[in-house]
Amino acid sequence: MAEFFQFLMSGLTVGAVYALVALGFTLIYNASDVVNFAQGEFVMLGGMVTVFVAAAGVPLPLAALIAVTVAVAVGLLLYWLAIEPARGAPAVTLIIITIGASILLRGAAQMLFDKQFHKLPSFSGDAPINLFGAAVQPQSFWVLGGAAVIVLLLYVFLERTVLGKAVLATAANRLAARLVGINTTTVMALAFGGSAAIGAVAGILITPITLTSYDVGTLLALKGFAAAMLGGMGNPLGAVAGGLLLGLLEAFGAGYLSSTYKDAFAFIVILVVLFAMPQGLFGRRVVERV
Amino acid sequence: MTILTASNIGISFGGIKAVDDVSFSVDAGRILSIIGPNGAGKTTLFNVVSGLYVADRGHVELMGEDVTGCAPEALAALGLSRTFQNLQIFQRMTAAENVMVGRHLRERCHLLSDLFRLPSVTRQNRATREAALALLDEVGLRRRADQLAGSLPYGACKRIEIARALAAEPRVLLLDEPAAGCNSVETEEIDHLVRRVANKGIAVVLVEHDMKLVMKVSDRVLVLERGRPLTEGTPREVRDNPAVLEAYLGKHGARGAARA
Amino acid sequence: MPAWLGHRSLTLIVLAAIVVLLPLGFPSSYYFRVASLVWVSAFAAVGLNILMGQAGQVSLGHAGFFGIGAYAVAIGPAHVGLPSWGALLIGAVISAALAWLVGRPILRLKGHYLAIATLGLGVLVALVITTESRWTGGPDGMSVAKLSLLGWRATGSSTWYWITGGVLVAGTWIALNLGETPTGRAFRALHDSEVAARVAGVDVARFKLQAFVIAAVYASLAGSMLAMMNGFVNPDQAGFLHSVELVTMVVLGGLGSVVGSIVGAAMLITLPQVLTVFQEYEHLLLGLIIIVSMIFMRDGIVPTVSRWLAGRVRT
Repeated sequence: MAEFFQFLMSGLTVGAVYALVALGFTLIYNASDVVNFAQGEFVMLGGMVTVFVAAAGVPLPLAALIAVTVAVAVGLLLYWLAIEPARGAPAVTLIIITIGASILLRGAAQMLFDKQFHKLPSFSGDAPINLFGAAVQPQSFWVLGGAAVIVLLLYVFLERTVLGKAVLATAANRLAARLVGINTTTVMALAFGGSAAIGAVAGILITPITLTSYDVGTLLALKGFAAAMLGGMGNPLGAVAGGLLLGLLEAFGAGYLSSTYKDAFAFIVILVVLFAMPQGLFGRRVVERV
Repeated sequence: MTILTASNIGISFGGIKAVDDVSFSVDAGRILSIIGPNGAGKTTLFNVVSGLYVADRGHVELMGEDVTGCAPEALAALGLSRTFQNLQIFQRMTAAENVMVGRHLRERCHLLSDLFRLPSVTRQNRATREAALALLDEVGLRRRADQLAGSLPYGACKRIEIARALAAEPRVLLLDEPAAGCNSVETEEIDHLVRRVANKGIAVVLVEHDMKLVMKVSDRVLVLERGRPLTEGTPREVRDNPAVLEAYLGKHGARGAARA
Repeated sequence: MPAWLGHRSLTLIVLAAIVVLLPLGFPSSYYFRVASLVWVSAFAAVGLNILMGQAGQVSLGHAGFFGIGAYAVAIGPAHVGLPSWGALLIGAVISAALAWLVGRPILRLKGHYLAIATLGLGVLVALVITTESRWTGGPDGMSVAKLSLLGWRATGSSTWYWITGGVLVAGTWIALNLGETPTGRAFRALHDSEVAARVAGVDVARFKLQAFVIAAVYASLAGSMLAMMNGFVNPDQAGFLHSVELVTMVVLGGLGSVVGSIVGAAMLITLPQVLTVFQEYEHLLLGLIIIVSMIFMRDGIVPTVSRWLAGRVRT
């Protein structure tokens, strides 16, 4: 049983990070139809900038804040300099642009920082907490709590504020949103900035557990994209559920079946789910109009 | 001879009955028009008959064979062709190539001979292109044959769709608003075209808003309202039916029209 | 597109002429090597373009098939005692069989769902290659036997230049052939409107599958060639980043344009070689070049340039 809780907690912790990456994907996708393959680089920036700013003697909370600010700035620049000028281009062209951005950001990080792995100290010590016989790192609670707070804030923002409703309206129908006077450009910039912030926070929270380096973004983007699709692209709650599910699958698969094929379980399950439900777990079935 | 029979077709989307208990049949060489106000379920009915939607209830028979729930490509092989209300043109192909795709079922299509482009493939290509050009000639687009379909005006695209549908040498042709967006001269051309098609012995089912065209070419007219059949008859019977006027104009409008 | 670029035979003649004449200007064997790398990648891209450009189906896992081809010529001679050319054929058959097997369920998916499913397939292949180290040497990779045919051994970068160049011309010939045949028209038709294609009697599922299998075989052959040329394989060749690189070649050059795929491959292979002089700025510049070219040439290099040329001719 202790083993079970051990896997459960580690699965949820990793899953929470996947969920945040997937949430970032979903936010941008909903506002702009762009699948942003540079999403993982936001996570990388969060961790790396915090590490290097903290190493320069800045207290950790302030370093984290600076990292989030940097990520948001990068997100906004990505939108204004690369996505907005290509508005109306085919979807696959936009994907290639974000891939280009991801290569660029990785290159920049490698240049400004280095190619080494880096660690942050845990926020509240390293003494494991005993939970049903499982030894859980305190940082896990930071990750889970942080993810919960972000999901909650995002929910309140989308459902309770005028700007949030503008985001939802833009997601539902961009033309109609523009017609009722919503500045969809602002909404898209907001989506890129917000999703960069979410990614950066995820990066800061997870770095004490998994380490970070200039190239951690690729695999995270892959898993986040997978989680978003698993939940049904464009559905924020689906993205969170998909992320957690993916994390659990990996943890239990690695624990009970084979640790060398840890990454395989997630993708096997995704293939099986998509074969059975081509719209993802929570996606709506669409009737093609002709 | 009856080519196409649809009986008691019903289909719902999210609890709304888009088509409810509609039946019709059409004979070789005859023209049946389906009319009704917007949202009456005409296009949905077409989508069911051509296999794009699966009906909740009812049966479709093609040449006496039950084809309910058959895939569109299977129906095409049995002789059913259609055009679309919202253009479904192959934008990145030329007008001629669009029509050549319509010949797909009449062509031998073998992967390996295509990959190495054997002489037989080249020969067949030439024949298919000739057939396509003849059809483009028939719809008045011969000189546009090698232009990209995506660059052609709306009316031309409508006619490419008709040529593409005819290229399959169908037994029954479903035309979804062929005259939409056409000026009066072009509508006239569509009128002649539809008659020529029927004269070849093809059964035609026509969904159209242009009443002049409908009244002129149809052998029979089926009127739908909110997914249900309102009446069916000859163009004259339908025109004189007060219920039809009411469906289009509302009670008040119908009374006004009757007085006028 | 101007007629001379669209014309099949002329494209082939120009390509063959480039392959034959290019070495005249090569000062060292390094150039032969880089050019061979371009031909190999171009071959894979030309195949992927049949799937993505003609049939309009995205694959983010194509390096998986590349990896199968590469490891077939590595494992075949080393563990099974197969001759290299036999292993190459078996790799192609395995790739085709895998594509055919998983293609049917995968290709029912559309858009981003298709992207993630193909991505998953590629990742799984790469994972198997990395993990089954008894056969594959694991993350470190393994060495590959030299290609030998009837006692003749293919070694040296100029030999491989001619082999890969010849294979690219052949592959381009086939891709160009396909364009104007019933199969090619069916591909392009289902790309533009699946509904209209089905109504015209095109068995959409069958043709998507054919395109997928063709592209898989191209990738597999390219993988085999690269492995034999390098004398070495590692799992990166089957990895996600390599899949992305292949897709980028096709899109950068211009989706649907056979010439475009070759140009895209040439750019993506030679750029990093050129950019190495900028040392640490290399990736930064590569990313920047990709972004800028896609913003200003959103349909890809070759379609944009040829439209520009056509405009110049007319005015």
